[in-house]
Amino acid sequence: MHSDRAPLGLKLAAAAGLLFLHLPILLIFLYAFTTEEKSYQFPPPGLTLKWFAVAWHRADIWPPLWLSLQVATIATALALILGTLVSAAMAQSRFFGREQISLLILLPIALPGVITGMALRSAFSVMEIPYSVWTIILGHATFCIVIVYNNAVARFRRLSGGILEASADLGANSFQTFRHVLLPNLGSALLAGGMLAFALSFDEVIVTTFTAGQQSTLPIWMLQELVRPRQRPVTNVVAIVVFAATVLPILIAYYLTRGGADTAGAGK
Amino acid sequence: MTTAAILPERGPGDRLTAIFWRHPRLLLVLLLSPPLIWLGLVYLGSLAALLLQSFYSIDEFSGVVKEEFTLKTYAELFRAQNLDIILRTVLMAGAVTLGCAVIAFPIAYFAARFARGRWKALFYLGVMLPLWSSYLVKVYAWKLILAKEGILTWAAEHTGTSIILDGVLALPGIGGNSLSTSPIGTFLVFVYVWLPYMILPMQAALERVPVSLLEASADLGAGRAQTFRSVILPLALPGVVAGSIFTFSLTLGDYIIPQIIGTSARFIGLAVYQFQGTAGNLPLAAAFAVVPIAIMLVYLAIAKRMGAFDAL
Repeated sequence: MHSDRAPLGLKLAAAAGLLFLHLPILLIFLYAFTTEEKSYQFPPPGLTLKWFAVAWHRADIWPPLWLSLQVATIATALALILGTLVSAAMAQSRFFGREQISLLILLPIALPGVITGMALRSAFSVMEIPYSVWTIILGHATFCIVIVYNNAVARFRRLSGGILEASADLGANSFQTFRHVLLPNLGSALLAGGMLAFALSFDEVIVTTFTAGQQSTLPIWMLQELVRPRQRPVTNVVAIVVFAATVLPILIAYYLTRGGADTAGAGK
Repeated sequence: MTTAAILPERGPGDRLTAIFWRHPRLLLVLLLSPPLIWLGLVYLGSLAALLLQSFYSIDEFSGVVKEEFTLKTYAELFRAQNLDIILRTVLMAGAVTLGCAVIAFPIAYFAARFARGRWKALFYLGVMLPLWSSYLVKVYAWKLILAKEGILTWAAEHTGTSIILDGVLALPGIGGNSLSTSPIGTFLVFVYVWLPYMILPMQAALERVPVSLLEASADLGAGRAQTFRSVILPLALPGVVAGSIFTFSLTLGDYIIPQIIGTSARFIGLAVYQFQGTAGNLPLAAAFAVVPIAIMLVYLAIAKRMGAFDAL
């Protein structure tokens, strides 16, 4: 009765499930070329390339794009430093409160974004902190730490403690061991974590709406266009840019951590 | 002779290394303090501010936040219209979780049991890409699909299944003018967006079901359906529960999807957003934000009892 061949029904259901996950995105691409700008008519009455030029010349797109890049870069850098530090500590030793710390790191991403956002908003209100680029970065860096941490801690786990001892036995001090042994081994995991953190920050919208004040990042710009559409195909062009800016880092991260495929993004 | 084995100190780096070697706790403290100060101050501090804010109230006449301890704001949550919001959100979260579990199972099961080599990588990437790729772009794609003039209506017309589509839309309570303005639409998009979060823990749990047990079950005369029911399902359950933590929690707090797709009926996330924004009622928004935390704490306690944390 039991065989190693999958039953046909299961194959079909699995394939249908994967298609369900991927086909919708293709429509984003199709609608960027439609000549119809007032509705989402299918099939598109005609195809045109003009929306790419229109999007390029729209002055309201560039500042959000710039802001998003800026926020994602700084938030990723902060998350890289904090995430690496905490993963090094957690990998090295067992100590009191270890479980609680791993819960604390996970919490900003395990709780719904609206809670993180509302919590930050309350804190800014209680402490009378005015909104700025830095309030956005503060939120983003907080939920990006866990991404870097997950990647780094998985690599630490695979790294044999022996090579650190060997380095010490050969006369290297902590800093030399870090520079010549730890960093080269950790590098690709950190890069992968950084890539994922960047992707996450670049398209984050829920926490950002609570911490941004008057500024808009690219996802906030997109959200406004979704609620009150103007030139619909232009939104599609921007959506393609956002999609590319998240998918490319994910693919790079995947190839960087392929050996330990099961660890790459476990528990976003 | 013994002193010759000790290398001479070459500067501050060596000296610090020696200190770390003698006091391993010192290095630990140095490594841990920056991230803990950040998370403790920024995150826990904010959560504390959220709690604090929820115990304040708003002056009904001036609209100014009164900074005095009161339970008045929490009492407001129990008004009929606010209870409605909470109930609607919890029902939707439950339905989405079930929907995700049903669609995720075949994918997770195939990937865990039958996919090998390149197929395994394809399945992995096929789930990871939608998991990480832009949330907003995915929601937007569904606005295009579900629109009245969109691809689904077109497909229904060309396959002669318009009757089914119209029938579904005519259902009281969950139907609507078009899919993009009906609760069914909201449900579909939620299921789509959170599906990968269900697949991954499910697959991890299924991979740990030993093949020998399936063989034993077959040897003892069980058919496919029976093996599935009495061997695979109980063993995979912790994975399903682990996945449901994500789908349930994410649906509870989301406010973008119901805003873009569905009726204008409010969900908890949307209520939080509107109370803190246009309504300017920060205390009530904070109290509303505490609701999903409370629900999730109960949910996590149950999940823990069912062994979901071992499957994460």
